Amino acid sequence: MDAKRVAAIIALALLALVPPVAMAADAPFYVGLFARIMVFAIAAVSLDLILGYGGLVSFGHAAYLGIGAYAVGILSFHGVTGGFAHFATAFFAAAAAALVIGFVSLRTSGVYFIMITLAFSQMVYFLGVSLNQYGGDDGLNIARHSNFGAALDLKDPVVFYYFVFALLLVFLFLGSRIVRSRFGVLLQGVKSNERRMIALGFPTFRYKLAAFVMAGAICGVAGALFANLTLFVSPSIMHWTRSGEILMMVILGGLGSLIGPVFGAAAYLILESVLSRLTEHWQAVLGPILILVVLFSKTGLYGLFAMGARRRG
Amino acid sequence: MIYVVEQVLNGVQFGVMLFLMAAGLTLIFGIMNLINLAHGSLYMVGAYVAAASFAATGSFLLGLAAALAVAVIVGIAIEIVVFRTLYERDHLDQVLATFGLILFFNEMVRIIWGSTALYAWVPDFLSGRVEILPGIPYPVYRLAIIAVGLTVALLLYLLIVRTRIGMLIRAGASNRIMLGALGVNVRMLYTLVFALGAALAALAGVMAGPIFTVESGMGESVLILAFVVIVIGGIGSIRGAFIAGLLVGVVDAVGRAFLRPLLTVFSSSAAAAKFGPALASMLIYVLMAAVLFVRPQGLFPPRGR
Amino acid sequence: MAEPVLETSGLTKRFGGIVATGDVSLSVAPGEIHAVIGPNGAGKTTLISELSGELKPDAGSIRFAGADISRFGPVRRAALGIARAFQVTSIFREFTALENVALAVQARAGHSFRFWRPAEREAQLREPARAMLRDVGLGERADLPAGSLSHGEKRALELAMVLATGPRLLLLDEPTAGMGAEESAAMVRLLAGLKSRFSVVLVEHDMDAVFALADRITVMVYGRVIASGAPEAIRADPEVRRAYLGDEEPGC
Repeated sequence: MDAKRVAAIIALALLALVPPVAMAADAPFYVGLFARIMVFAIAAVSLDLILGYGGLVSFGHAAYLGIGAYAVGILSFHGVTGGFAHFATAFFAAAAAALVIGFVSLRTSGVYFIMITLAFSQMVYFLGVSLNQYGGDDGLNIARHSNFGAALDLKDPVVFYYFVFALLLVFLFLGSRIVRSRFGVLLQGVKSNERRMIALGFPTFRYKLAAFVMAGAICGVAGALFANLTLFVSPSIMHWTRSGEILMMVILGGLGSLIGPVFGAAAYLILESVLSRLTEHWQAVLGPILILVVLFSKTGLYGLFAMGARRRG
Repeated sequence: MIYVVEQVLNGVQFGVMLFLMAAGLTLIFGIMNLINLAHGSLYMVGAYVAAASFAATGSFLLGLAAALAVAVIVGIAIEIVVFRTLYERDHLDQVLATFGLILFFNEMVRIIWGSTALYAWVPDFLSGRVEILPGIPYPVYRLAIIAVGLTVALLLYLLIVRTRIGMLIRAGASNRIMLGALGVNVRMLYTLVFALGAALAALAGVMAGPIFTVESGMGESVLILAFVVIVIGGIGSIRGAFIAGLLVGVVDAVGRAFLRPLLTVFSSSAAAAKFGPALASMLIYVLMAAVLFVRPQGLFPPRGR
Repeated sequence: MAEPVLETSGLTKRFGGIVATGDVSLSVAPGEIHAVIGPNGAGKTTLISELSGELKPDAGSIRFAGADISRFGPVRRAALGIARAFQVTSIFREFTALENVALAVQARAGHSFRFWRPAEREAQLREPARAMLRDVGLGERADLPAGSLSHGEKRALELAMVLATGPRLLLLDEPTAGMGAEESAAMVRLLAGLKSRFSVVLVEHDMDAVFALADRITVMVYGRVIASGAPEAIRADPEVRRAYLGDEEPGC
């Protein structure tokens, strides 16, 4: 088995062990932190699908996170509590938004694409701000968790943790199939040399759009999970800096591997958690760290981890 | 009628400010092929330095001078420290590194000036209103912004069309490789363009101070609108930035003012109250999408690339 | 004479004031290698781009296999069987040689909305790809990253990809560009082996290669066709000699 696969399995095994260890150590805080890490890991994995494999630098991924979260918030506001309704709505609403946004943005490339996806996410953000009925700028409290019946009570932090964990595994597994399938190979071809793809006769636009919609839909599920994590939604969840954070997680973890973003999400949120306990002005430290990572690292954390594993055995 | 003129003028005033931001950005894109998210930070730095030194000295012009000087120094510093290694990198790296810069600058102004917003005052000689048309008074300060914006646009136009530096900038914006072949000191030109962009951003920030609040993170909302302007205008085109800036400014102001009353004509006023503000805030993005749909390269696409 | 596979009439493309191709009309018979030669800047690559659909001509029309394809984009033309090899080698550098060709096979194997089965396990993609690599002499190099191949091997790989799409017409833009004499000769042998199986538009600077391969030659200068005909006729044409071949040795 190659080193990368070993690194991935170790990481997932460690994640599975977080609740019992945290409970034994009487530190339930960590269950919440790692649940949050996994929610963002799902969002980052979805972005990696189009960024790491398709080369599409989408700078508006937080929009789908927000749409997913608002799907839960708004349905709850109107008294709909069913978990399947929540998650299905989050999935399809995010997919629909991605379809529209992708349809316009994917007509362009390069810098244009970055700026347009950013602008569209800003549009969704302002849409959230202007939804006065649902709290506008101040956001919306969610009365209770998505209801999946008594057997799966998301109110229990440990149950919620494993729910997120299971979804993360599902998406990682689906993702690993997709990236090796004909569709995934095609995406990587687009990333490597789109001109060649077109000359070979691939109508690349429709495939890029499909990938874009898939990524948006998965990120919508992450948003629904986020709403359940915080029981609160506000436009700030889709602030443009959030898109930057998700992008950063993917890069921190290393492009072009699906497990990388999981490492990246963990690294980013742990760093944030540690720094913010040290100083109120933690962003003044985080910023330069990010710059240094970009300037001096090309493989990401996962690459380092996998390299270390290779060296050891 | 009074209201219409006022809103259009507000739009023009916002538009020229967007142009000041977009002009620097579009030159930096066009010539260095660099996407600089931290351009908004220079705008913020300008606003903060101006507000603080105006408060300290009581002189608006001293504040303006200090703001331009500090922004140019900061701009040159980040160009040398960060951007020089970024020119050869892909856009993704540029986005992320400049994202890091934004976090840093937003936090630095909180450390230096605190978390609460600063208030910048309109200087005495620009306060008050003046009748622009019989029966239509308009704030002098906003008129001054329009005048400054148009003047700068004219100066930029002269700089780019009439001078040797401008010729190099034009050459660079349409064909970067040629510059090196011409034996131009590309490094110096890059730094110069960056300083120019920083000064324009800071000027916009200084003028924005008394209209918007001066607070950490103020640069980004303007930055994203400036992106919209560039996308609509076409990357690398100053003319495109100017026209698109005015277009976006006017559409935004007029949309905010009239969309809701317009909606009441077609639907119930409750529905208009509900969707009016949402639609108004989305309007410029819809405009952008519409322009891109017809012309993916913007209104004035760069030639020769 | 059989109906031509490809026929252009009056193809014109201007960039600003420069005429890249002016009123270019040529036809390619089935199984024929039609070479297009001319000095740098003659508009040969522009012509290829117009044929492949990457550039839209300002005027003129293109007929392929009896149908007017002037308005078709590159994807549709590729689907009809027009395949292009670029002047600057265009491959997927991160993929292995085999993956490169397998992706080319995939382009002709129905739609790619297939999300489940790993492509690397699809024999229907891999086997033809492997065979094609053997045909161009890269059988031993199949599992190496394409970026690590030598220049000549990369060009051969691109040719394999182009062939793997099952084309009827090949657009080859300087297949021997940047090659040494030995690599060049190998490429000419390879192309000679394709002869009569495909129709080919061949842009080439290497005159030895052109006269070894071409059934017909069109000479372009500053975007215009100055002569077109059989190789012997072109060699003897005084205008061609004056404008292009000159009295010097043909350039390399």
